[in-house]
Amino acid sequence: MAEIDPTQLELERQGVLLTTVNRFYNWGRRSSIWPMAFGLACCAIEMMAFGLSRYDVARFGAELFRASPRQADLMIVAGTVTKKMAPQVVRLYNQMAEPRYVISMGACATSGGPFRDGYNVLRGIDLLIPVDVYVPGCPPRPEALLHALMTLQEQIDRQKLGRVRWYGSSDKPQTSDFPVPTFGAKGLEIDGKLVDPVGGLPLLSPYTSPSHGEHRSGQIEHPEIVRQFPIMDPEVELENALKARGVAPEIAADDLKRSVVNDA
Amino acid sequence: MLQTQELQVNIGPQHPSTHGVFRMLVTVDGETVVDLKPVFGYLHRNHEQIAEANTYLQNMPYTDRLDYFNSMANNHAYAMAVERLAGIEVPERAEYIRVLMVELTRILNHASAVGFMINDMGAWQTPLAFGMREREKILDLFEMASGARLMCNYFRFGGVARDLPPEFIPNLRELLVALPAYIDELERLLRDNEILLQRAVGIGILPREVALSYGVTGPVLRGSGIPYDVRKAEPYSVYDRFDFDIPIGKVGDVYDRFLVRIEEMRQSKRIIEQVLEQLPDAKGGHINPKARQNVRPPVGDAYARIESPKGELGFYLVSDGSGKPYRYKVRAPSFINLTPLADMCRGYKVADIVVILGSIDIVMGEVDR
Repeated sequence: MAEIDPTQLELERQGVLLTTVNRFYNWGRRSSIWPMAFGLACCAIEMMAFGLSRYDVARFGAELFRASPRQADLMIVAGTVTKKMAPQVVRLYNQMAEPRYVISMGACATSGGPFRDGYNVLRGIDLLIPVDVYVPGCPPRPEALLHALMTLQEQIDRQKLGRVRWYGSSDKPQTSDFPVPTFGAKGLEIDGKLVDPVGGLPLLSPYTSPSHGEHRSGQIEHPEIVRQFPIMDPEVELENALKARGVAPEIAADDLKRSVVNDA
Repeated sequence: MLQTQELQVNIGPQHPSTHGVFRMLVTVDGETVVDLKPVFGYLHRNHEQIAEANTYLQNMPYTDRLDYFNSMANNHAYAMAVERLAGIEVPERAEYIRVLMVELTRILNHASAVGFMINDMGAWQTPLAFGMREREKILDLFEMASGARLMCNYFRFGGVARDLPPEFIPNLRELLVALPAYIDELERLLRDNEILLQRAVGIGILPREVALSYGVTGPVLRGSGIPYDVRKAEPYSVYDRFDFDIPIGKVGDVYDRFLVRIEEMRQSKRIIEQVLEQLPDAKGGHINPKARQNVRPPVGDAYARIESPKGELGFYLVSDGSGKPYRYKVRAPSFINLTPLADMCRGYKVADIVVILGSIDIVMGEVDR
C-alpha cells in the first residue's frame, strides 16, 4: 500500500475512515481471492497444507477453494504441466472470469523443474498464460505460497480502477481468450508454431517476460547452444566449470579425482 | 417400456475429487455406470527416461516425486534395488531408521487417505483437516531428520543421509502418545456416521478372485480378504524382527479398505514402538562408511520390492557397468491397483465412482510416472 497518503492512514488509526474508490475496491478484492481447487502434481499437496489449519490461508481470505473456474479468481498452477495437460490448463484459465490471477507454484510450473528434460513436459506455464507470481522451490513450503499470495495482494493494491484491463479503458488491448495449443507433429503448437521447441534453454515467456507480447511463442534465447539429452554427466559438468574458472590443470585434475570419492 | 439411452460423461482431468489429473470416460444409463474407461498420461513426466540419463544417486530425489505422499517409501525401494545391484551392505542402525521412516510414512498416507475419502463424499475440507492434522507433526519429524517436509531425499546407498538428530526421538515419543487417540478419532469418523456408512458399505466390491487376477496389492488386496503383505511374504530390511499383524477385510468394499487402513496405522505404531526399543542396541552407524555413492554396479539386473503404503512398490534396474542405469523400471502399486476400477464401478451409481477411486488411494505421479 505504498501509494496511500500517510495522513489518511493516521486518520484511520484515529477512527476517521477516509477512502478512495480505488482503495476500497482493491481492499475488497485482495481480501477475497478465491483459488481454484486444481492440483496437478506434488505441489498440490503443499497447496492443501496451505489451505488447512496449520498454515491457514483463511487469514488472507483465500480459503475458499472453488471447484469451478467460473467462481475462482486465482489459479495456482501447482505441479508439472505436461504437454497432454497444457491445453486443459489454458482452457480452464479461459473459463475464469476477469479479474483473474495466476500463481506459478514450484519449479515445474515455472520452468519444467527437474523434469525439464522430459519430452512430455511443458517448460513453464508462462509460455501459454500470463503469470503474476512465481514461487521457487520443489515443492515450495506453504509459507512460500503464503508469501506469494501476499505478493499478489500487494500487486492488487497497486491497481487503478480506471486502468485495469478488464474494464476496457486501459492502454492495453482487452484480452480475449488465450489460444489453446493443439498437438502438432512435433509437440504443442499455436497457429502452427511450436510452443516449446526441444533443444534450447531458456525460454522466454510471450506474456510475462520483459518484452512480452512481441513473440507469439516461446523463443530460444541461445539457439547456438545445442543440448544433448544426458546433460547431467557430473564429470563433464565439473570439468567445464573448472575450465571456465581458469583453474590450473593439475589442481583441476585433483579436484576431479576428489569428486569421485564417496561423499557420505 | 421406457426408452433409455446411454450417455457418455467425462470426469476429469480437472475435477476436485479425482486425486490428481485423471480422466474417466464413464458410460451411464441414467445414474448407473455401464462402463468406465480410464484415460491417463496427464502427468506423464518421463520419469523412467530421465532416470536412465542420470547417475544412480541423481535418481534418488526423482523417486521422491513418484508417489509424493510417501517419498521415504520410494527412497527405500530404490535404495534397496541399487544395493542389491551393487552388493552394498546396510548397517543395522540404518535399517532401523529406514523402517521407522517408512512406517511413519504409512501412518501419514493412510490418515490423509481417510481424510480425502470423506472429502470425496462431499464433506468439503473439514475431514481433510482432520486427516492432515497429525500429518503435519510427522512432517515435522521428517524435516528434523532430512531437512525437507515432503521431498525428503533421505536415503542413501548403504544407509541414510544423516543420523537422527537428538531431538528426534523425544518428539517421536510425544507423537506416539498422541497417536492412538487420533487414530480412534479417525475411526469414529468412519464408524459412527450414518451418511458415510450409506455411501461406503457394500460399494465397489472387489471379489478375491478378481483382485488376484488383476494383481492388485496393498490395502486394496487386503481389503478383499487376502493376507498378502511383502513385509511378511518376503521380509526385507529388518521386518522379520518385529511382531505385527496383517489386517484383512471380509467383503472387499470401500468400507473394508478403509478399516484395513485404520488398523494398519495401529500396526505401524506397534512397529515404531518396537523400533524404538531395539534402536539403541543396533550395531553400526547411519550409513555404511565403505558404500560409494556414485556407484558403478557390475553388469546385471536387480529387482527390489517393498510394501509401500499403497501396495507393492518395486524397482527393476539393469546395469551395463556404467554409472547410469541402462534400464530403470518402476512397478508402481497405484497403477496396477487402478486397473480393476472399471470392474469395481460397473453397476454402481455415478456418485460412487469418486468414492471407489478414493478407496484405491492412487497418486497420479506414480500412475503416469
